[in-house]
Amino acid sequence: MFEAIAFYLFAFLTIAMFYITVTTSQALYALTALAAGMIFISAFFFILGADFLGAVQIVVYSGAVMALYSFGMMFFDTTRELHEKQGNKYIVVGLATIAAVLVVLIFSAPILSNNITALYPMVEGAGNTQEVGMVLFTKYLVPFEVAAIMLLVAMIAGIVLAGKKMDASLTLMTEAEIKDMRKQKANKTKEIV
Amino acid sequence: MMEIGLNHYLVLSTILFSIGLVGVMRRKNLLILFFATEILLNSVNIAFAAISHYYGDLTGQMFAFFVIAIAASEVAVGLGLLIVWHKRYNNIDLDYLNTMKG
Repeated sequence: MFEAIAFYLFAFLTIAMFYITVTTSQALYALTALAAGMIFISAFFFILGADFLGAVQIVVYSGAVMALYSFGMMFFDTTRELHEKQGNKYIVVGLATIAAVLVVLIFSAPILSNNITALYPMVEGAGNTQEVGMVLFTKYLVPFEVAAIMLLVAMIAGIVLAGKKMDASLTLMTEAEIKDMRKQKANKTKEIV
Repeated sequence: MMEIGLNHYLVLSTILFSIGLVGVMRRKNLLILFFATEILLNSVNIAFAAISHYYGDLTGQMFAFFVIAIAASEVAVGLGLLIVWHKRYNNIDLDYLNTMKG
């Protein structure tokens, strides 16, 4: 009973938030709606008994990814409305629905044929975090380490890409220097366009 | 109706996946495109966790963890590239990305 109420409530909230994300014309609204949707999704993980996954969802998505996006958005002009030309709405929606149903069918076909068995069955009397730890550090140790290296590579790539020409500090420059830099930048954009 | 089964979660996952796909196909702003990608990854995570719960198997949750790790690194690299692009061309529209000028 309560599970059903929670499921329908959070399903409605998540769908509404993600709908706002893909339809709004303000980038800031999209960001906040996406952050809210991520937190609502973690509710499903808690309902499903995957406590650790729910905590990771909140920490990684609402903590790390959203903070990264909001820092990134300081570089972009977000107050401006996004102007986009719109194609045929119904074709896009129809194609998306067909593709999504196909993906779910691909996923559920082996399950529906009823010959699925639990590879790593849940241990009796252990909490979710404990079970996850046992499986992660025995069967999935190598993918775990590879994921760590991948995150390190991504971190270095992010620093190298975003940190270019950040040695110039606006607070240490005089007004004349800043004006000069702005003029150079404007000339450069004109050349490219 | 009141008994929540695996199918409920799979239907929800499908709906969220279609919303994400509509976002990827319709929007022209690269930042919103990244948001839509996050929605796609999250909808698949819900399906993984639901299957993991209803079959008593932890493999689904493991895959969801690795999907989250991949999403985090994708955001880091993608946002870095986006900042470089915005510094050079002063916009993040997909329509301006169609030519490779070298």
